[in-house]
Amino acid sequence: MNAGTATMVPVPPSAEQQSRRRSGRAGAGGDRAPRPGALYVLPALLFFLAFAIVPVVGVLVLSFTSWQGLGDPRYIGLENWQRLIDDPAVLSATGTTVLLTVLSWATQTPVAMALGVWAAGPQRNRAVLSAVFFLPLLLSGSAVAVAWKSILDPNFGLAGTLGPFIGYPDGNIIGNPDTALNVIVFVAAWQFVPFHALIYQAAARNVPQSLYDAAIVDGANRWHAFRHITLPQLRNTVVTSSTLMIVGSLTYFETVLLMTDGGPGDATVVLPFLMYATAFRQYELGFAATVAAVLVVLGTLLSLLIVRFSGFARMRSTQEGL
Amino acid sequence: MTLPTPMSRRSMLGLVGLSAGATALGASGCGGGGSGETPSKANAEIDIWCLQDEVQNKVQTGALTRYNATATGKAKITPFEGEAYGQKLQVAMGSPNQPDVFFNWGGASIRRFVENDLLVDLTPMLDSDPAFRDRFLKPVLDAGKIGDKFYGIPNRGMQPVVLYHNQAVFDRAGVKQLPQTWQETLTLVDKFKAIGVTPFAVAGGQTWTLLMWLEYFAERIGGPQVFGAIAAGDKEGWRHPAMQQALTAITDLVKRDGFASNFASVGYETGGAGTLFAQGKAAMHLMGTWEYTNQLNEQPAFAGKDLRWNTFPAWEGGAGDPKAVVGNPTNYFSITKRSDNVDGAKAFLKQMADDAYVTDWVTNGDVPAIAGIEAALGKSKNAAFGTFAYNMVREAPTFQLSWDQAIDSRYSEPMLTNLQKVFLGRLDPKGYADAMAAIK
Repeated sequence: MNAGTATMVPVPPSAEQQSRRRSGRAGAGGDRAPRPGALYVLPALLFFLAFAIVPVVGVLVLSFTSWQGLGDPRYIGLENWQRLIDDPAVLSATGTTVLLTVLSWATQTPVAMALGVWAAGPQRNRAVLSAVFFLPLLLSGSAVAVAWKSILDPNFGLAGTLGPFIGYPDGNIIGNPDTALNVIVFVAAWQFVPFHALIYQAAARNVPQSLYDAAIVDGANRWHAFRHITLPQLRNTVVTSSTLMIVGSLTYFETVLLMTDGGPGDATVVLPFLMYATAFRQYELGFAATVAAVLVVLGTLLSLLIVRFSGFARMRSTQEGL
Repeated sequence: MTLPTPMSRRSMLGLVGLSAGATALGASGCGGGGSGETPSKANAEIDIWCLQDEVQNKVQTGALTRYNATATGKAKITPFEGEAYGQKLQVAMGSPNQPDVFFNWGGASIRRFVENDLLVDLTPMLDSDPAFRDRFLKPVLDAGKIGDKFYGIPNRGMQPVVLYHNQAVFDRAGVKQLPQTWQETLTLVDKFKAIGVTPFAVAGGQTWTLLMWLEYFAERIGGPQVFGAIAAGDKEGWRHPAMQQALTAITDLVKRDGFASNFASVGYETGGAGTLFAQGKAAMHLMGTWEYTNQLNEQPAFAGKDLRWNTFPAWEGGAGDPKAVVGNPTNYFSITKRSDNVDGAKAFLKQMADDAYVTDWVTNGDVPAIAGIEAALGKSKNAAFGTFAYNMVREAPTFQLSWDQAIDSRYSEPMLTNLQKVFLGRLDPKGYADAMAAIK
């Protein structure tokens, strides 16, 4: 693909140098030399087409078919979409997905923000401890799930020992339909809080010291400083982190598969898991594509909504006037 | 399955094929389907797909070596890991890159392939060689049929489900006699509870372990035709009085604390239920014959001393034969039509009835589905268990394939998930039937 693109773009060998010179001049004020313009976008566009647009269109097309993965997909019109509305499993999985997303956001955001802001401080001990906190970030999702599953075994794991202290005398946490989803939320938080804390840490370090200095002169305490300086300054970071969290939770899958397999019963069947089970256990690839299409729409819609209503789209700097 | 007006598969798949998210689908590429075997090339390599398992692969490699010693087209084994195997196979079968021979469970695991005309009909091969055909136990060979044709040759031991018990616990509770009926078993449940032992170990985190209970209850109460009707497509079959009674037997057993309260947190693969049973924390364990081999490997002291087994108890007044068996009759090898060397593959399958191959399984503690091996089993190191399992199947009027393998794959997930809800008290027998009948 790269080779193909290279032959298509009519740029002389010295293009890079030229463009460097150009941008230098542009900074100095105006450049009338013709540019390849849209052609520069082509490689990225082709990638986006191949790995985002085409698959999505493919999934959409599949969603109007009945296909077992063998032989020919058969066009069945809106049957899958009708089933999507009628199937109680879809409704239940959607509810569970929304719950997982809300709970994940509500638990991860405060913890990640607190950790990140705390870790942003210059003290040596904070640097050491935050290095430890970030460790889960280095582990693969499957390893995390398998490890936690062993820990939560009521007979041979810690759940049997520690369960009684937190209200589960028989250590039945992962096998209880009322608590299994909380387990998933907890493990997801354990796994992803470090990443979001890292984002918050970087953002918190970017807050100009002069603001805090001025606040101290005005008699602000630490809480005031956090509430009126740090928090507003982190506004864009909150939006970024929340978008990643929400879209990430929507597609959260391997931990569910490895820890609970959607169970007990269907207590932890989320939409991505339903899609997987429908496609690869029930071999109904057409209907699975319909579920996938819903996920695409839901994810896109939510990201757009967040960006629209948070004012993130206007890209206003938090440092205007500083 | 090939329909009169299919959409253009090539363009369709070309689209999907580019997809990253649907890589698995895309890998199916163009091709698959089609009828008629590829003409055999005697020197073409034979690729045999197997489940990755140290013990199994060793025995299979033995057959391979013996076959390769004389064959012109050499065979090789490609092993795949557990859960991934079924998916890999599904994807491969939708593509031109199919294995020549592959390991399967019969029933639903190959029905789709048969419907899409991908497998070689082995009926002529068996008909033309009655000596070879009669080497296999009939109920087991028959369980590999789809419709009235054979598509699989048994390739390993039989795996009926057996009720194991821990003799040390039985002694501690003062139980002298094995229960013959379910009522007698229920009185034992109370005895074990009285000495603080869980009556039945069950790996409730894995739904298939729960299914064995329903399979045996339904079999004993109503006979094999109760589920037979459901497998044949009668969704209302779950409302059959015998099925409802079987589900009620489960809810009653749960209410009676027949299982540990945290059973749904217990796994099978992690050695959970089996270990609890071996350690004497549970008195009985309903499981396939592979559990015997597992205990032998993981808890040799227990397996050699206190591990005992029996058939599932009879149901007083039940319509089912107490000798009937449920479980996995065996695993099968099937041949794909796309294979470049169908003749070679068939020759390889003849190895499955070979004395050396059968002996390897017996030595291993397995019970192959081969007629007339009583003497060999009696001399093997696991003679007692092997002979028991062999006779159990031989005397069985029917051997019902595990329901999750027998039923259309569309229903197997909901069947298991809803059953787990019954065990957890979240669904009553009527609710179960309603949920299963509602599936479109």
